[in-house]
Amino acid sequence: MADSKALTVEKLMAALDGKYLAVNQQSPSRVSIDVGRRDAREAVLRLLALPGARLITVTGVDTPPGIELLYHVTFQGTGLVCTVQTLLPKPQPSIESLATELPAAEWIEREVHELLGVEFRGHPDLRHLVLADDWPDAVHPLRKALGSAQAREGAA
Amino acid sequence: MTRTIPIGPYHPLLEEPELFRLKVEGETVVDIEATLGYNHRGIEKLAEGKTYDQCLFLVERVCGICSTSHPIAFCNAVERIAGVKLPERAAYIRVVIAELERLHSHLLWLGLAGHYVGYHTLWMWAWRYREPLLDLFESITGNRQSYAMMRIGGVRRDISEESAAGLRKALDELEPKLHMLLGAAADDPVLGARLRGVGKLSQEDARKYCVVGPLARSTGLDMDTRRDSPYAAYGVLDFKVITHTDGDIFATTAVRVLEMLESVKLIRQALDRMPVGPIAVDVPEVSRGEGIGLDEAPRGECFHYVRSNGTNMPERVKIRAPSYVNVPSFKARMAGAQIADAAIILASVDPCYSCTERMAVVNAGGGPALDGNALIKLSQQKTAALVRELGAPDASPRWRFLK
Repeated sequence: MADSKALTVEKLMAALDGKYLAVNQQSPSRVSIDVGRRDAREAVLRLLALPGARLITVTGVDTPPGIELLYHVTFQGTGLVCTVQTLLPKPQPSIESLATELPAAEWIEREVHELLGVEFRGHPDLRHLVLADDWPDAVHPLRKALGSAQAREGAA
Repeated sequence: MTRTIPIGPYHPLLEEPELFRLKVEGETVVDIEATLGYNHRGIEKLAEGKTYDQCLFLVERVCGICSTSHPIAFCNAVERIAGVKLPERAAYIRVVIAELERLHSHLLWLGLAGHYVGYHTLWMWAWRYREPLLDLFESITGNRQSYAMMRIGGVRRDISEESAAGLRKALDELEPKLHMLLGAAADDPVLGARLRGVGKLSQEDARKYCVVGPLARSTGLDMDTRRDSPYAAYGVLDFKVITHTDGDIFATTAVRVLEMLESVKLIRQALDRMPVGPIAVDVPEVSRGEGIGLDEAPRGECFHYVRSNGTNMPERVKIRAPSYVNVPSFKARMAGAQIADAAIILASVDPCYSCTERMAVVNAGGGPALDGNALIKLSQQKTAALVRELGAPDASPRWRFLK
């Protein structure tokens, strides 16, 4: 992929067209970009429209102020991983779904939904993915408030 | 009339349960839905309560077949945070272990593929060549599987001169067998009829489902973490990234077999260049920060994200194994396929998921009409019919040579 080899952080920035809050380049091949939660979906889609772009996965992290969502995007042949990071405030973290545009996001959004309690608006099918069908709706195992013993039992 | 065929979720031989529901009309598959979670062990949650050293043993148990890929990806992530410079000898040892794993994993897959299409010669011989590799693992690491070779900052055990000599000898014996398997599979008309044009994945769908590994490379997507994001000693070693353009089962088979030859090359180079020296550095603490570790597992890119809060336990570990993105692409590959090809299409991504023995065909009115063994039998019967039509494969000179 000749074009994607020439990808630079400046080009990523240009693709985002000012829709970001901060950029942090940890190394030549690792960049993370802070984005407001209303711009996050648009920012990820713009990066995914670049040549050779691929969504690796989405990481959710429970932090005191809210649930952080990290969209990891890579570009074929470059080894560059760009992470779009946004904060969804508690108690009801919610964001627009990517799955409507990209089938690859379907499973991971279902997983983040059940494990961390993030609502993905517009997702076609938010059933449980890795948890049992009868797992209680309000218990999210990857929330920090839940100890690992409770997470095993499914107790709130 | 549409019928639903559930496949799985449990299989006593393979390590990961999963349920596939095939929707079929007559002999044609119209849709597939996968259900997972039967074996969700909460590894990401458990990792938050374990020290970095304990985490390595934990992530090694994500998968029993690519059991060194996850520790390498985890080490890559943590070593990034801690700013560790890997000792040169350790970097080469990591390559040797990772490539040996690719060899045994691809041979395991090739054998299973042979079984599913009813080619027992291929099955038995592929597994016969895999066995000495597991013995090598035992002599180097002490274990046939789950080697516990990786540690943050290096590896746990050295490869002795004696083990290295044994390894070279085994590779010299394996290489001509791989060429034979390749030639035999490529020329065989029956295998061609069973594998070519079956379970095709277009490059467009490969991008849409974000697939990785041999599956992506078989559609012409030129990606390999070892080359694109070099870790361990891959940056200084010489190897080819194998791609194919057809995207069918034959292409994924060809990519895997050719990759094994590259793995042999890589191990030889690593053994030749390995300097004498320390095999690990001490990492007294992991500073606050976050790191992403990538690894090219036999099935494709393995991704680990680690966030550290400066203590001896990680704040968050996120793991994405290659099958997580490869399995959903079945939806694109199954549509229009014959039921007799279902077993081999499922197997073509990863034997872990082709839990075909507990499957049953359910009529719209209810009541099982066909079980899992019957589905494999269907696949094997299709091959047998082709053999009658095209001539017995076992009688061809190449296969006779194998024996």
